[in-house]
Amino acid sequence: MKPPPFQYHRPQTREELGALLANLDNVKILAGGQSLMPMLNLRVVAPDHLIDINRIPELAGIRETTDGIEIGAMTRQADILASPIIRDRLPLLARALEHVGHIQTRSRGTIGGSCCHLDPSAEQPAICAALDAEFVAIGPKGRRVIAAADWFQGMLQSALDDLEFLEAVRFKPWAKGHGYGFAEYARRHGDFAISGAAALLEADGGGSITRAALLVFGVEEAPRRLSEAEAALVGQNIGEIALAPILDAARALHPMEDVQVTADYRRHLAGTLLGRAVREACVSREQRQ
Amino acid sequence: MSERHLSFTLNGERREANADPRMHLADFLRHGLGLTGTHVGCEHGVCGACTVIVDGAPVRSCLMLAVQVDGCTVETVEGLAKGGELSPLQQAFANHHGLQCGFCTPGMLMTLEAFLRVTPSPTEQDVRIAISGNTCRCTGYQGIVEAALTTTAAKGSRP
Ligand SMILES: Cc1cc2nc3c(=O)[nH]c(=O)nc-3n(C[C@@H](O)[C@H](O)[C@H](O)COP(=O)(O)OP(=O)(O)OC[C@H]3O[C@@H](n4cnc5c(N)ncnc54)[C@H](O)[C@@H]3O)c2cc1C
Ligand code: FES
Ligand code: FES
Repeated sequence: MKPPPFQYHRPQTREELGALLANLDNVKILAGGQSLMPMLNLRVVAPDHLIDINRIPELAGIRETTDGIEIGAMTRQADILASPIIRDRLPLLARALEHVGHIQTRSRGTIGGSCCHLDPSAEQPAICAALDAEFVAIGPKGRRVIAAADWFQGMLQSALDDLEFLEAVRFKPWAKGHGYGFAEYARRHGDFAISGAAALLEADGGGSITRAALLVFGVEEAPRRLSEAEAALVGQNIGEIALAPILDAARALHPMEDVQVTADYRRHLAGTLLGRAVREACVSREQRQ
Repeated sequence: MSERHLSFTLNGERREANADPRMHLADFLRHGLGLTGTHVGCEHGVCGACTVIVDGAPVRSCLMLAVQVDGCTVETVEGLAKGGELSPLQQAFANHHGLQCGFCTPGMLMTLEAFLRVTPSPTEQDVRIAISGNTCRCTGYQGIVEAALTTTAAKGSRP
């Protein structure tokens, strides 16, 4: 057997899960297992207790609320991708999910698992950052809502503490007919990207940009919004966007470096992919009017 | 650590078994139940050789614990042929030389079986994306893709 020995728990409610987290030491939560199971098989983690949260129905599902959309932490990536609500109101999330792994990993992998694991190249937390999502955590003191800006604490590090779990992610969709664009570079389809970029645009009837979001991921240790370049886009006409300030912002990034990919290459990718994402966002804005 | 009891449906038959919680589903099928049709390559989710169908969805059985299929419906490559006759997809693999190395084949079959059930008339591009999670390290995907496409053509022409 590959994984090291652990005690297996399968709570059926959020309360049972909370109680287990409060009372046990050296615990790991098992969601879709698409990141944790490889680590268990390779024995890079050795929890004393494994808490399987796959049988807690309240943690899964996509709900339209009065002010947005709430996606339960245990909602499978395949179900999000197939959801007409998501395609209609959070099209950027659907667009990005096509690049997350393969049909056999999306059938198990969850949005919550990806947002808690926080691989720097992961698409789902990146899209959460682009959309200013809110993360709903449950801990011994009850519920706490964490803004996307505070969620990312560094490489593989979320804002959750040991006694908390992620319950859901909340989104406020952009205006109907907004433009969205996404681009990433990976060696093969479905592999983790080396780097990627996303763009969101709203414009008025005359085509003047009223709101913009620009983001790169897989560049620095956490997804990175380019707020100055976003501000520079507002007021520009959607048909003739000046890309130069965006490329300048990309050049000012502080990319990660590893044996396969240099910081310079990531910086180059960031600029190229941002350009593609912005162009795609402009085209989609036109088509969705 | 103590074993857990699980009951599930395997290739249409009810099964009861015990499994150590840390045993992954692929090892359980192979060593626990003697169903060695499911193959293991990388055991960390990369190659797709271990793909089986759980509750209708293709999954990597090296990334699921056996205890997690308690109450579920599991299909493995052993369940495809009926009464000694190959399934249409298996027959198409044979016809189109999609069965190249044989090692990755069970995973390719189970992925495509699940995919074709929900996507009855895919394009070639759809098929290529569907099997992008199954690594072929030998001769390439051409025969495999052709097999998948002719299976759907055959199904489509059925009255
Ligand atoms: C072949 C392959 C390709 C992949 N490609 C990509 C890709 O291109 N892009 C990408 O982003 N990902 C990719 N992944 C990873 C993705 O599939 C995983 O789904 C994701 O990283 C983790 O989600 P999970 O539900 O599987 O979580 P798990 O693996 O079960 O858990 C991941 C971590 O999060 C913690 N956790 C999970 N849920 C909660 C919760 N509710 N509260 C608190 N902690 C929690 C766990 O304890 C664990 O530490 C790939 C995986 C494989 C095997
Ligand atoms: S053995 Fe499961 S994916 Fe390789
Ligand atoms: S057909 Fe099995 S590796 Fe190519």
